[in-house]
Amino acid sequence: MADTAATANTEIPVVPVDDGASDGVRRRDFINIAALSTAGVGGAAVLLPLISQMAPSKDVLAESTTEVDVSAIETGSAIKAVFRKQPLFIRRLTPEEMAAADAVPTDSLRDAESLEDRTKEGHRDVLVTMGVCTHLGCVPLGAAEGEVKGEFGGYFCPCHGSHYDTAGRIRKGPAPTNLVVPEYAFTSDTTITVG
Amino acid sequence: MSFPWARQYEPKTGLTKFLDEKLPLPRFVYNAVGAGYPVPRNLNYMWNFGVLAGFFLVFQIVTGVVLAMHYAANAEVAFATTEHIMRDVNWGWLMRYAHANGASFFFIVVYIHIFRGFFYSSYKAPREMIWLLGVVIFLLMMATAFMGYVLPWGQMSFWGAKVITGLFGAIPLVGEPIQIWLLGGYAPDNAALNRFFSLHFLLPFVILGVVILHIWALHIPGSSNPTGVEVKQESDTVPFHPYYTAKDGFGLGIALLALFIMVFFLPNALGHADNYIEANPLSTPAHIVPEWYFYPFYAILRAFTMDFILPAKLWGVLAMFSAILMWFFLPWLDRSPVRSGHYRPLFRKFFWFGLIPTMAALFYLGGAPAEEPYVMLSQIFTAYYFLHFLVIIPIVSQIERPEPLPYSITEAVLGSDKKAVLGENTEPAV
Repeated sequence: MADTAATANTEIPVVPVDDGASDGVRRRDFINIAALSTAGVGGAAVLLPLISQMAPSKDVLAESTTEVDVSAIETGSAIKAVFRKQPLFIRRLTPEEMAAADAVPTDSLRDAESLEDRTKEGHRDVLVTMGVCTHLGCVPLGAAEGEVKGEFGGYFCPCHGSHYDTAGRIRKGPAPTNLVVPEYAFTSDTTITVG
Repeated sequence: MSFPWARQYEPKTGLTKFLDEKLPLPRFVYNAVGAGYPVPRNLNYMWNFGVLAGFFLVFQIVTGVVLAMHYAANAEVAFATTEHIMRDVNWGWLMRYAHANGASFFFIVVYIHIFRGFFYSSYKAPREMIWLLGVVIFLLMMATAFMGYVLPWGQMSFWGAKVITGLFGAIPLVGEPIQIWLLGGYAPDNAALNRFFSLHFLLPFVILGVVILHIWALHIPGSSNPTGVEVKQESDTVPFHPYYTAKDGFGLGIALLALFIMVFFLPNALGHADNYIEANPLSTPAHIVPEWYFYPFYAILRAFTMDFILPAKLWGVLAMFSAILMWFFLPWLDRSPVRSGHYRPLFRKFFWFGLIPTMAALFYLGGAPAEEPYVMLSQIFTAYYFLHFLVIIPIVSQIERPEPLPYSITEAVLGSDKKAVLGENTEPAV
């Protein structure tokens, strides 16, 4: 605009600024660092609820134990239960199956565990494992009547061909570890509590 | 547009140079809210509320997306999943209270932003488009907030949905079919709840889009300021960063403090106890009102009680929508060449002693029961509300003698000392 041109050569007066630097620390630097640090800590604290809201909620955690009556399982057969929305296999082993499991040298296994390690004392015929293949999470076959039990007479995962033996141990195929034995305990002679 | 003295972005590191060639996002941010955007040096705290509104939009989207992870929009379980969020979900209570009170704060901030616009006449040329887009944002916000309030499927949710869709039933001839179509049934039920959830998720992103246009339109003339005098020279402005990032950051800190006092200590103060009773299509709560941020318009709706050519119900609905839609015409209703209320003695009187008490009264009356004297008071204040915008503002802008304006923003800040008015080597704005 033309009316501003006439005064365009005047100067802005220089005002001395007291920046409080006499002791080497500028007041403004202090405020700046304090404010940004507070904002940073606050921002980081916001992440806690935003992340943990996606973790299992209280109603999901409340379903985290399962009671199963194992008295009705006949020798040589298995039942499927549900533990934390996943299949749980409970199998009553025959003496032959136990003998087959004991016959394998533990050292020769990919995941070295004996049948004793995988069952409870006094109940070595009750094998409790997750029905979740340790390869990529499919449900192995072999728990229900007439299903393929794999080359080692235990479980066979049809997805990628993992063979488990009568103690639920990985013997052949891509799975890295034995079928997981969940935390459980006999709460009576016939009942187990899983989880 | 930016002023010719705006600082230029210069990428320094390898990465920013690479980005500047391929996708100049850092340059865009620098020019939009960084040191490359010169802003009038005299903005007061009223100018914080645009940034705050943008913050609360993002806040609502973040907390809302979290809530949607745990909520189920089904009339059978919606109320139960809301309680599930409150009791079972980790930090769910915080997310829900933050979202519910965040909505109130979004409206507080936007109301202040709008009334800042009224007082400083921010709607006037060359900023009409910013104003028009702002009114669109406000309408979208109202629709979004209304549909969000239906989702918990409590008594107020249900009856709010019924009453608000009932407004469309006032339209002659096609009203009732439209209402049934909106609800997907004869009363709010699963169909309505599902579509409200879908739209409640969609509309905030539509708002975000319009907000981007709003800011784009703002950056063409640049921000207005409390004097209403346009920027003339470099000494009238300071870079947005660090001056206004710091000032807005301070305001944001205060706003968050206030919000979380509400969230932690008064989380239900702005809500209604009846909404903790599950929706019951057979029983209407005794005192049914919308959320507080709709009170003024609810008061206007209820002010029409007599048939006059058209049925009273239709008058109420028309008045309620007109109360906001007429804001679209404000840039052309107010013909005064002076923007700021600081230099308009008569306009200022009608703002402080007319519009503001009227809005305060309508806020109160919208939440009061539908009985005397509240109905009559609603009628009086509704009449003033429309008179203010349609009669008083046009007449005042014709007859008023404004006070003398400062030559420039710099002069308004530093006084009329010749030396202070213009910096050396300053090029006037084009």
